[in-house]
Order: sequence, then C-alpha cells, then structure tokens
Amino acid sequence: MTLIFGVFLLILLVIVALAIVRSEDLFAAVMLSGIFSLLMAVNFFLLDAADVALTEAAVGAGVATVLFLGALALTGKEEARHTVSPGGRWLALGVSFATASLLFYASLENPHIGDGSAPVHQHVAPWYLANTLPLIDIPNVVTAVLGSFRGFDTLGEVFVVFTAGIGVMSILGVRHSLVELSGAELDARQRSLRHHLIPRIVGRGMVPLIMLFALYVQFHGEYSPGGGFQAGAIAAAAIILYSLLEGDDRGRELLPEWLLRLMVAGGALLYGGVGLACVLLGGNFLDYSVLATVPSAGQHLGLLLIELGVGITVTGVLISVFHAFARRASR
Amino acid sequence: MAILAYFNYWVFAVLLVIGLYAVIAKTNLVKQLIGLSIFQGAVFLLYISMNKVEGGTAPIFLNGNTERIFSNPLPQVLILTAIVVGIATTALGLAVVVRIREEYGSVEEDDIKAQDVGS
Repeated sequence: MTLIFGVFLLILLVIVALAIVRSEDLFAAVMLSGIFSLLMAVNFFLLDAADVALTEAAVGAGVATVLFLGALALTGKEEARHTVSPGGRWLALGVSFATASLLFYASLENPHIGDGSAPVHQHVAPWYLANTLPLIDIPNVVTAVLGSFRGFDTLGEVFVVFTAGIGVMSILGVRHSLVELSGAELDARQRSLRHHLIPRIVGRGMVPLIMLFALYVQFHGEYSPGGGFQAGAIAAAAIILYSLLEGDDRGRELLPEWLLRLMVAGGALLYGGVGLACVLLGGNFLDYSVLATVPSAGQHLGLLLIELGVGITVTGVLISVFHAFARRASR
Repeated sequence: MAILAYFNYWVFAVLLVIGLYAVIAKTNLVKQLIGLSIFQGAVFLLYISMNKVEGGTAPIFLNGNTERIFSNPLPQVLILTAIVVGIATTALGLAVVVRIREEYGSVEEDDIKAQDVGS
C-alpha cells in the first residue's frame, strides 16, 4: 500500500514539475512549486526521513513561496517569451534527453531502493546507530549526527546561511531612486491584509500556535523529529505571516532591524563559541563531552546550545531576507 | 516488484532534466531560479531514496528501543542542512534578479544581453 502511494506521489511530482516549466504565468509557477515542495515532503516522510520532511515542508512550501512572491512583486508576473530561439530550444531538449538517458542507464547499476546491504549502509551509518545512545544518550540519531558527530559540517552550513543573509542584505540594502512610489500607492501596499477580516482573524489565531510549535520543535529536537534548522524555518514563517497580516512596518516594530542583525550574527557566534569553550576546557573543537562532569550531560548541553544557535541564525536570516524584499516593494 | 526497485532513481532523472531544461531554455531569470530549485529537489530525492532500508523506520529510538531496523541517518543530515542552505542561496539569487530588474528594466535574458551590446 505504501509502495503504491509512493509511486503515485512520485508520478504526481513529475506532473507538477512539468506544469511549473510549461506555465507562462510566473505566479502560477510559484504556487505550483509550493505544491511540489509539499509533495516532496510527503515523499521524504514515506522514505523514513521525518526530520527532512519537516524541514522541506516548512522551508519549501512556506518560506520559499513567500520569497518568490516577494521577488515577483518586484520583477513582474508574466514571462515575455517562453523560451530562447528554436535552435536553443532543441539544444536544451537534446542536452536534457542525453542527461536523462545517461542517468537512466546509470540507475540500472544502483542497488535496489531499500536494499539493506547497499554500500551506503555499510560505512559510518551503523557506527552512528550503534554509538548514539552510549556516547550522546539521545534517541534522535539524526540530531546526534547533525549536532555532534558531524558538528563541523553543520557549523559550516550555518555560516553559509549567515553569508547568504548578509549577501541579500547588502544587495538589496542599496538605496535606489529610480522608482519612487506616491504616498497613496505606498499606503495601499503597506496596508497589506490589515483590512481583510477573515485572513486577519484566522491568521492572528495561527501565529502564536505556529510559534509554540517552533519552540517545541527547537527544544524537543533531541527526542523527536526536529532541531534548529526546522524550528528556525517555522519561527520565521510565523513572523512572516504576522508581517503579511499586519503590514511590514508592524513586523519590523515587533523585531527591529538591530535585533535581527544581532540574531543573524549571534546564532552563528553562539555555535562557534560553544566550540571554543570546548577547546578552553581542554577538549577538541566542538567536543561537547568536556562541558560537564558527565560526558553525556556535556553532549546534551552542547547540543542544546548549538541547536539554539542554528535556530536563531536561521530565523534571523529568513526574516531579514523577507524584510529586504518587502521593503524594496514598499519603497 | 523488480521494476519499482529503481523507480525513485528514474523520477530523480526526470525531475533533474526538467529543472535543467528550464535553466537552459527559459529566458526569464525568475523561471530559471524555479528550474534550479526543481533540479535541487531532484538531488534531495536521490539522497533520501538511498537512505531507505526495507522494513526500516525513521532513525529515532522510541522508548529506548534499538532492536528495530533503522534507515540511514547520514543522508538525512546532509539533506536537512542542504534544504536550508538551498533557500538561503535561492534568496541570494532572487536578490540579484531584483537588482538586475532595477538596472535593466527587464528580467529576460536576451533583453539584458541586447542592452549590454548596445551600450
């Protein structure tokens, strides 16, 4: 049954992807890509990746859609021409077809889906599964690998998110005088959904619940699917929803710019700081065992702090990026 | 179900080239970025397909139960972080597109090239 459901969802994914590429209306394409992400999340869940499904649902279907719509508001909703010249189109089709053929051919050499003896399951994965409880003492292996066993990797990812956030802020922070909106137009845009009764009432009820869920995902990530990346995306979604409902200016009153900047840098610094604290206490960088007298308690403390750092940075970056696009629109 | 043993890989291949086609053939920069995120989604699907173990479950020890078969946690960790990094880099791309639109008045690739040649 699960197999049939999985095949159905995968076919649906392909159909949605084709519809996205064929759609001439970019607004429709963005909405469809939200559906694409949601289908992808369900697929991830069927493939036993609960943590990934949670992330994809929050990021792909929530935040990404809002960001694309924010960009569309600034660039226009229609494609002027659908494709490059006919020659270019055939070239693209040829390259795509050749790539697909090669990938099909290569896939026949792959181990079957779900084959427990595949090479990918032989190397470090069994070690992670066997040593998570003795060394880290938390039930969620994904969180243990993310935060502790591969802590360096995650630190790098957090700094990539940090850098991308800084990049967006510096690209869109530049003032420009080409488009100056009149006062009435500005007012109309900033009013947002404030005068639409139903979205406002329903949305207002949702914001605190989403925020509560984000905090649960953040602090329960060691025991159930969740962690800083997911919680950061969900918390950002809550604040973005608030900004959409009440207007971007109200959103910025709630979390002022200086606080967001502090979050963007502070979360990454907290992560790095925990690593340095480990060094100062006589351990290796990001070896949390030295943080407390009992090694597993030290691991718990370290994971809690670095997940908090990840969550703060991701929230800060996603909200800052949203504000950067929204403010551009209201200028 | 021998045919279905590779089905995820085939869907990966098809999604990958749909994204690739959009990136090559479409002139609209926003559409290209959407294509790029389909491409990215295909790669995520490949990794997560590899993590599945037949009869397994998500790698979380419920009530300290370690006796079950668990799927591979490593691809999940890689993709989990990649999704968030992906949205951050997509946002960076969109920011560049917005700036291009402001300078050139268009987000169509050939318009922008024509203006560059003209100036």
